[in-house]
Amino acid sequence: MTHIGNPYVTGNSVTGVSQTSLEASGSTVATADATQPPPERGGPAHGWSQTGPLRRGWVRLLLGLILPGLIITVWQLNSVTGLFSAVQVPPPAAVLNAAVELIQRGELWTHIGISTQRVLLGFTFGAALGLAIGSLVGLSRIADALLAPTIGALRAVPSLAWVPLLILWMKIGEDSKITLILIGAFFPVFTTVYLALRHVDRNLVEAGRAFGLKGFKLLTTVQLPAVIPSVFSGLRLGLAQAWLFLVAAELIASSLGLGYLLSDSQNNGRVDRIFLAIILLAIIGKTTDALLGIAEKWAVRRWA
Amino acid sequence: MTVLASPQSTTAPTKQALNVTFAGLGRSFGAASDRRTVLRDINFEVHAGEVLAILGPSGCGKSTLLRAAAGLDSLNAGSVLIDGTEVHGIDERCAVAFQEPRLLPWHTLQANVAIGLPKASSASVGKAKVAELLQLVELASFAKHRPREVSGGMAQRASLARALARNPGVLLLDEPFGALDALTRIKMQDLLLDIHRAQPTTVLLVTHDVDEALQLADRIIVLGTDGNLPGATITEVLTVPGDRPRDRNAADLGRMRSSLLASLGVTGH
Ligand SMILES: Nc1ncnc2c1ncn2[C@@H]1O[C@H](COP(=O)(O)OP(=O)(O)O)[C@@H](O)[C@H]1O
Ligand SMILES: [Mg+2]
Repeated sequence: MTHIGNPYVTGNSVTGVSQTSLEASGSTVATADATQPPPERGGPAHGWSQTGPLRRGWVRLLLGLILPGLIITVWQLNSVTGLFSAVQVPPPAAVLNAAVELIQRGELWTHIGISTQRVLLGFTFGAALGLAIGSLVGLSRIADALLAPTIGALRAVPSLAWVPLLILWMKIGEDSKITLILIGAFFPVFTTVYLALRHVDRNLVEAGRAFGLKGFKLLTTVQLPAVIPSVFSGLRLGLAQAWLFLVAAELIASSLGLGYLLSDSQNNGRVDRIFLAIILLAIIGKTTDALLGIAEKWAVRRWA
Repeated sequence: MTVLASPQSTTAPTKQALNVTFAGLGRSFGAASDRRTVLRDINFEVHAGEVLAILGPSGCGKSTLLRAAAGLDSLNAGSVLIDGTEVHGIDERCAVAFQEPRLLPWHTLQANVAIGLPKASSASVGKAKVAELLQLVELASFAKHRPREVSGGMAQRASLARALARNPGVLLLDEPFGALDALTRIKMQDLLLDIHRAQPTTVLLVTHDVDEALQLADRIIVLGTDGNLPGATITEVLTVPGDRPRDRNAADLGRMRSSLLASLGVTGH
């Protein structure tokens, strides 16, 4: 039964449902996020204790930096001990030099800029489509019956299988890359929104109806607020997929971008640049995810 | 509809108390193969302005009966009439306080109560009314709190305030005081009687508490199974004597109490 004192009653249960089901459905590509802790809840909803030093932001930040620091140390030590040759693992200084060199040639920002632009465009279109179609299919029984099987089948296609078709249709240009990223971002957002709307607390919807809310007003008063926290976790998954598909698209065919930097460096044997590209992808991906994470935290506090 | 401004109160009676008729009402659930009848042959007339208590064992269909009156449920047989017109879909003349508080977790208590306001009410009148109702249910200092920040009993009171905000012709209360502690319960029962005196409305009050029914109701109906037919129907109708507030220890109430408990299957009290 619904007890308001219980945080698992309404919004949060929606998030739980969509996350578990996504683990099953997002399996077309293993997303990058497996090692992340679940998105932190605003209220008392998460199982962690409310007190203690871990609640402090800077303590958590410091703890989070321990492992990267350790990795860099071991990495630096490697160049001293020579366990791996510099051809396999170049020392940190070499990677730094590669960065400086690319900056001086004015190429690094171009690569970063074009990649970020592709991700943001593809993600924006994919997320918007995911939100729109997910809402439609989640709210309307007719749309569900009409569209859900087809969308399910399309989702079952490993998304990289679209590459030949996209290149044939749109040639090797921005359009085909952004479309591929769009496809990658679409499905996680669609699935979370769709499932979350399916699982909105029926009692709350009934209460809204009993007080005269219907149609668009009911949607904006009860249904949408109830799914906002899950929408944000869907968006984060979608963003992770967008970066994944960016690299895929740029590896396959491009002349600019971090994925191109990877494949070009592979051809030229520039391991330092490969390391650089990987580190940049980690940093930029983490940064964009953290920005969405801040928005999600705010949304959970506000709506859950 | 005319809005009468009352000198003392912003919750002026904008609506008349309305009578409610259950005409041959029946409700069953499930597909044809495993059909389960919950309610059958409910025939009853609730007078305009009376407080009717609905008693019955848990799971007998009390909430189902209220949902039918509110137009939240579709019926298999019969109909519900309010003020002589049949209920079709959500009925604006009713307001429900559900068995669970069912507050929107992302709104403050104040905003939740405001959802109950009738559509036509202006912003300033609505605001004053919400403030007054929160005062009435002793939640004024929690107006800006979210449902998860208050106790279950407080959420229940906010849900009651939301229903009162509607100024309904028929007020449907589903075990509204069930989650309250004994002291708050008595306060809220008195509050309900005050409100009922100040602005006449028909009240259908589902309760599992025989004493509550005897304190609050003009009449009591008991739902239960009768004979071998499946599904609950009205097995008893009692008129409670005496003006409210009633003496809890009066002899005739004591006799009614025993007989009600007996018909609910509790003996030896
Ligand atoms: N939507 C529904 N679908 C199936 N069965 C239902 C539904 N609503 C109520 N019931 C059944 O009807 C019976 C009466 O329920 P309810 O009216 O909630 O009982 P009460 O309020 O008296 O405790 C219960 O056995 C319940 O399982
Ligand atoms: Mg009930």
